[in-house]
Amino acid sequence: MSVIAKTEEVGVVDPPGPKSSLLSRLGNTQSVWILGVLLAIIAFFSIAAGTKFLSTSNFSLISQNVAVWAVLGVGMTFVIITSGIDLSIGSVLVFSSVVAAKVMAAVGGDGWGTAFIGLAAALASGIGWGVLNGYLVAKSKIPALIVTLGTLSVALGLAQVVTGGIDVRTVPEALTDFNTYIKILGIPTLPFIALIVLILGGIILHRTKFGRYTYAIGSNEEAARRVGVKVDRHLILVYGLSGMLAGFAAMMALAQFGTTTIAGQSLTNLNVIAAVVIGGTSIFGGEGSIFGTVVGLFIPAVLQAGFVIIGVQPFWQGVAVGTVLVAAVYVDQSRRAAALRGASSSSPLRSLLRRSK
Amino acid sequence: MTQPILEARGISRSFGHVRALANADFDIYPGEVVALIGDNGAGKSTLVKALTGNLALDEGQLIFDGKPVTISSPQEASALGMEVVYQDLALAPHLNPVQNMYLGREIPRKGILGKFGFMDEKAMESAAVASFAELGGTVRAMKAPIGSMSGGQRQQVAIARAISWADKIVILDEPTAALGVVQTKNVLESIKRVRDKGIAVILISHSMPHVLEVANRVQVMRLGTRVATYDAAKTSVEELVGAMTGALDKKGEAA
Repeated sequence: MSVIAKTEEVGVVDPPGPKSSLLSRLGNTQSVWILGVLLAIIAFFSIAAGTKFLSTSNFSLISQNVAVWAVLGVGMTFVIITSGIDLSIGSVLVFSSVVAAKVMAAVGGDGWGTAFIGLAAALASGIGWGVLNGYLVAKSKIPALIVTLGTLSVALGLAQVVTGGIDVRTVPEALTDFNTYIKILGIPTLPFIALIVLILGGIILHRTKFGRYTYAIGSNEEAARRVGVKVDRHLILVYGLSGMLAGFAAMMALAQFGTTTIAGQSLTNLNVIAAVVIGGTSIFGGEGSIFGTVVGLFIPAVLQAGFVIIGVQPFWQGVAVGTVLVAAVYVDQSRRAAALRGASSSSPLRSLLRRSK
Repeated sequence: MTQPILEARGISRSFGHVRALANADFDIYPGEVVALIGDNGAGKSTLVKALTGNLALDEGQLIFDGKPVTISSPQEASALGMEVVYQDLALAPHLNPVQNMYLGREIPRKGILGKFGFMDEKAMESAAVASFAELGGTVRAMKAPIGSMSGGQRQQVAIARAISWADKIVILDEPTAALGVVQTKNVLESIKRVRDKGIAVILISHSMPHVLEVANRVQVMRLGTRVATYDAAKTSVEELVGAMTGALDKKGEAA
């Protein structure tokens, strides 16, 4: 009897170790572990290609390539944390950029006024698609995968109908110049704007009630409902946010390329989802961070730039990213299974550290 | 203290031909633990649903604190100071104990930031720590996700959440069903502490020893109605089981 009581007590008392220090808690999150992978990749290319890889111009280029995806990634992180998915972002981006370009052409002029009217149109279009997604997911109870697969097709189709499939090039000079010539604190403008969106997204996700409910719904929707969280409304807002950011990203893409990119966004959704998942956001919901998404975005971008510099065919990037994606999710799942067994101390980072000692 | 905090008089509810509640009565006084027992399908869960606004009544009257009331939604029950801890606990496994406790009722930051949905994490954590301590304090890791905790710790978070919002009645549905020996003891201790705060506790359980340990009175349900009420100090497991199964009833009729 006393033996039983003792083992029971051991079970009840919390293991004080893994929870007490911030460092070890961070070590248990995938985003930190995957940051190690990113740093390893950077270190590899730095050794292989030297200053060519480590140059500011290279990193400026990488951050340019990441900027649009980063804005999309913020919305996608929210959506995936609710245990949803948004496949439509690439098409919504295309549709919104077409709407914005058409509106700006109708208004005319090359100044900031035209650009802002275009931005308003793009945001309105994005919010419209996002809210439609959210409504169908939350109220009509259609699986998010199906809803957004549908709107992916419809939004792209409508964009092609409106333009006849030919890209619109009526982008005011103020917008393209903004991207080409202006730097803020030494950072090109698009990455700088993306950084602001990331920071705002991070604050909302990690510090506000809105973010807390996003986690709660992904973790246990029924629990959230029972304590009075307006789950349907929240889902509509989250998908609306994702759509709005796709509209915003549409303006950034217009500034970057000076044209709509009707044929160029077919894989954007999958690339963004891959980045978000590599960054440790659980596809089953309830877990994830904006920081992880940033790291997850840089892995494909750094790989691509690195391969070009060291002379490997850039097509290998796809191979590498796919492998990292599957490996990251595998490690994450085994870590979670280990945590459920109560061996929460055996995070990959820790075991790595232990091995290196 | 002389009048029941909650009383149900002659409540009935049918689903088609099935009379889930048949002229059932129930009463509970402040600061007492009333156990609600009965075999599967006896109407315990239906009664609790009726008491907490999750089920419309065909007939009968609810009296809360001496006044007749109609409770037509769980929100109305909450507003009266009643909370239910369900068997599945309804916790978000990825959130930590503090976040779970305040889910849906976060304390806003003072000033303009609060308007934007920023939360006062420190105030929530210290209040949560205090209420866990009040329940015997087996929940200590405030930053760990609840999914990594033991069943007893989760149960305690759920109870702490219920009593921090319910100042009148807490209803516990099978709180010890999935727990080990020590964890069960902790939950029973928690129930006693809740009772000592003057909150009425309705305890649904199949475990007669647990019922007898913490309850003041035991109300037995069978076939959708209350068949007996016992003073827990003066009854026995045999008597309770007899009343549940109807064996005693028949004897009573014969006598």
